Amino acid sequence: MDFFKGLVIIIMSQILVDNYVLRQFLGICPFLGVSKKLNQAVGMGFSVIFVMLMATAVTWPIQLYILDKNGLGYMQTIVFILVIAALVQFVEIVLKKFIPALHKSLGVYLPLITTNCAVLGVTINNMNDERVTCFAESMVSSLGVGLGFLLAMVIFAGVRSRIDESEIPERFKGLPATLIAASFVSLSFFGFDGLVENIFKL
Amino acid sequence: MKKESSFSVLFKGLLKENPVFVLVLGTCPTLAMSTSVKSAVGMGLAAMAVLICSNAVISLLRKIIPATVRIPCYIVIIAAFVTVVEMIIHAYFPELYKSLGVYLALITVNCIILGRAEMFAGKNSVGKSILDGIGMGLGFTLAMFMMSTIREVLGAGTFADIPVPFFQDHKIGIFVQAPGGLLVYGLLIAFVNVITKGKVIKKKSFGCEGCPSAGMCSGGCQSAVKEGE
Repeated sequence: MDFFKGLVIIIMSQILVDNYVLRQFLGICPFLGVSKKLNQAVGMGFSVIFVMLMATAVTWPIQLYILDKNGLGYMQTIVFILVIAALVQFVEIVLKKFIPALHKSLGVYLPLITTNCAVLGVTINNMNDERVTCFAESMVSSLGVGLGFLLAMVIFAGVRSRIDESEIPERFKGLPATLIAASFVSLSFFGFDGLVENIFKL
Repeated sequence: MKKESSFSVLFKGLLKENPVFVLVLGTCPTLAMSTSVKSAVGMGLAAMAVLICSNAVISLLRKIIPATVRIPCYIVIIAAFVTVVEMIIHAYFPELYKSLGVYLALITVNCIILGRAEMFAGKNSVGKSILDGIGMGLGFTLAMFMMSTIREVLGAGTFADIPVPFFQDHKIGIFVQAPGGLLVYGLLIAFVNVITKGKVIKKKSFGCEGCPSAGMCSGGCQSAVKEGE
């Protein structure tokens, strides 16, 4: 039971309390760039979840069984970014060939994700986080981060559609108004502070 | 393309093409690391070191690297320098290493560095690329310094850990938290908009043109935008 409780704690804190976009500022570029329309935001969100899970599934064993075993821990950054870049290319090719329908909906977002710092961030964080001790936990942690990203994107797409309809002072048009709106969305996530500790009586 | 003097290459990064406020690159580290002046300047200098080295090497190799695989090559070069800088900081500035945390490794995917490799170093001579690296690095550090000064003085009542009178007793804690970062960043961009009368930002609308990934996604997001509409 404790094992599953641990998994639930990880997933809840990654989605709500430690939300990567709104609390830790990882993956801000796609968050600001692709959140204009709801359907794009959802497409991007699912692509990120997909790539994060794939990347974690590959990088966790690499770190544990290849890098750490041979004392190559300092190669982490180089190896991880190469693995992620190669993986994204590979996934794109495979999807194009075998599942064209999925490629059509996710494919356009895939190349953008290579340089998304949230993906590299989650793979590195999984290695250093003391809550994450086994492969299953690292996968769940990545899933939580991805879902958190999707949630933030969907909420923000809704907020942005309201901004587009409102009157904004000339100099605030565009990015400044978007950033200030993001600041308020981020503020609302402060409400989740201490949520996990209180529910699970940590 | 018109010829630029070395002087303008060096100084355009400070204001005219400031990577943070005008080109809007590298938003993640700017927002995350500007909670205190010390970590902000540390981050700025670390990124600047990586930027100068990677610009120099990429510019040296620009005729050897085939155009089709240039992005992976750039990333490997950048990641190598990030690892070097990471090890140096870990060895000599353990405190800074701790406060920068995962963001140090994330310099690899900092859009400023890849963006400058793609926009400048891949097309220009070594000397100019190094100057561009210095200028852009200084612009980034300057922007980080400005943001962190505002946030630390208002939010924590200190400047580089030195207490500031008056603000010390009237802290606005939200400024050192996540929402404060986004708010200050938005206001500063609006401020730059006001002093430049919107001239600079207009040509760089926040779409594909302003996106450093535009080169490598080959308009992928543009077709996504079109599909969405």
